[in-house]
Amino acid sequence: MATHRVKFTFLQQLITLPIIYDLGKQFKIVTNIRRADVTEDRGWVVLELVGDMEEIERGLEWVAAKGVRVDPVQGDIVEG
Amino acid sequence: MSFAKALRCRECQREYPLEAEYVCDFCFGPLEVAYDYDAMREAVSHESIEAGPASIWRYADLLPCEPDNRVDIQAGFTPLIRANRLGKELGLTNLYLKNDCMNPTWSFKDRVVTVAATKAKEFGFDTLACASTGNLANSVAAHAASAGLDAFVFIPPDLEQGKITGSSIYNPTLVCVNGNYDDVNRLCSELAGKYPWAFVNVNMRPYYAEGSKTLGYEVAEQLGWRAPDHCVVPMASGSLYVKIWKGLQELAKLWLIDSVQTKMSGAQALGCSPIVTAFEAGTKNVQPVRPSTIAKSLAIGNPADGFYALGVMEETGGRAVTSTDDEIVEGMKLLARTEGIFAETAGGVVVAGLKKLVESGGIGKDEVTVAFITGAGLKTQEAVIDTLEPPLQVEPTIAAFEEALGERREADVQAASA
Ligand SMILES: Cc1ncc(COP(=O)(O)O)c(C=O)c1O
Ligand SMILES: [Zn+2]
Repeated sequence: MATHRVKFTFLQQLITLPIIYDLGKQFKIVTNIRRADVTEDRGWVVLELVGDMEEIERGLEWVAAKGVRVDPVQGDIVEG
Repeated sequence: MSFAKALRCRECQREYPLEAEYVCDFCFGPLEVAYDYDAMREAVSHESIEAGPASIWRYADLLPCEPDNRVDIQAGFTPLIRANRLGKELGLTNLYLKNDCMNPTWSFKDRVVTVAATKAKEFGFDTLACASTGNLANSVAAHAASAGLDAFVFIPPDLEQGKITGSSIYNPTLVCVNGNYDDVNRLCSELAGKYPWAFVNVNMRPYYAEGSKTLGYEVAEQLGWRAPDHCVVPMASGSLYVKIWKGLQELAKLWLIDSVQTKMSGAQALGCSPIVTAFEAGTKNVQPVRPSTIAKSLAIGNPADGFYALGVMEETGGRAVTSTDDEIVEGMKLLARTEGIFAETAGGVVVAGLKKLVESGGIGKDEVTVAFITGAGLKTQEAVIDTLEPPLQVEPTIAAFEEALGERREADVQAASA
């Protein structure tokens, strides 16, 4: 079992879709939301994913393919 | 001695022991160092600081590590210059430049890395690591060399040659990752999870970031223990900008300066301006972007401290400005021509931003303004090289020299009247 912390960033059209719910249904992943900020036209969610690492990777690919931006929770690591 | 007492979550305020951690277990918010300011106030005075070394370590009592076994190549205590000629050109009567090109590896990153490396050694790590487009890489490689630590430095492709050589000379394991910016990020986040390294801006980040406070301390000390009216700061992750403000606030809390009324303005390159975009939209919700700018040192598309930077901007009444690549080059040349300082592209972003802030009334003519010039120009020569006048080519005779000079002058006159 692996745990993985990620940040999803959604644009307008995606906010109304149940992406996190589907992620938990379609993959063997337990999702656990820790913080979020969603307004009318944009939003982000910081969450923990628990499952097999390969399953988490497949799940994240699926989320990214939906158009959601997936980032590490600490922001970009590459610096100036 | 250090008066650090805990790591505290910037979101939910939960406290944790001072370890190599960076994210709150509960809410995944970022951790920051918390101090015992009452005890600190008893220990520090103008005199105690002024008696210290001419480096950031004169502020050791305000930093999160013990200075005795520090990793120190003399970062900080760089010149604060009164910039009369640039000020005149821009219409400012009290302009100062904080010249952080004058650091051991020629950028402000030495301030954060000396703290991160010291803390890493304190924790018993034997390897320093980072992912960087140049300045951070140079500084990590140099500090690791001086401390006898191993260094792993990850860089994206397409960097300026000066920034690559400026790392490899210190003999780190330098890894150029073949992929785009997002790929480098993803790889490094995985590496940081897998290897027992002190990744300076990941598991050392709470300590590392504190090094930037010293820019605020120094400016206040160099102005005769007072805060400036206005700061203009380049922003990538936004950490430097936030920490300069924190540094000024702390000095006031320690009764070393009067209360702080400083307006904090931030500058980004138009090709990577997620913080400015949020500021202009009136939101603190920063939308990540894919960077495309010559200011590679500021090219962070998903800034970790963007939200907090926007908070400081709102609190202080500062503004956020962008500049195009052409304006950045013009800014670099203006700074060099008026003040004799050859800054890298980030300095061009600041000077171009300063100009816009004055023109739009964001900075008052008589405000005591400090522009932060955070990295040196020899590292990013590619940005300006094609826009500079080539040398006159002459045979070794006075006649040849005078002829060539005459032609150049004539061409200059024609260009000016065109
Ligand atoms: C020269 C220079 N100036 C400014 C910055 C901005 O730093 P920060 O990420 O703290 O906003 C950087 C680093 O990324 C830099 O290299
Ligand atoms: Zn928290």
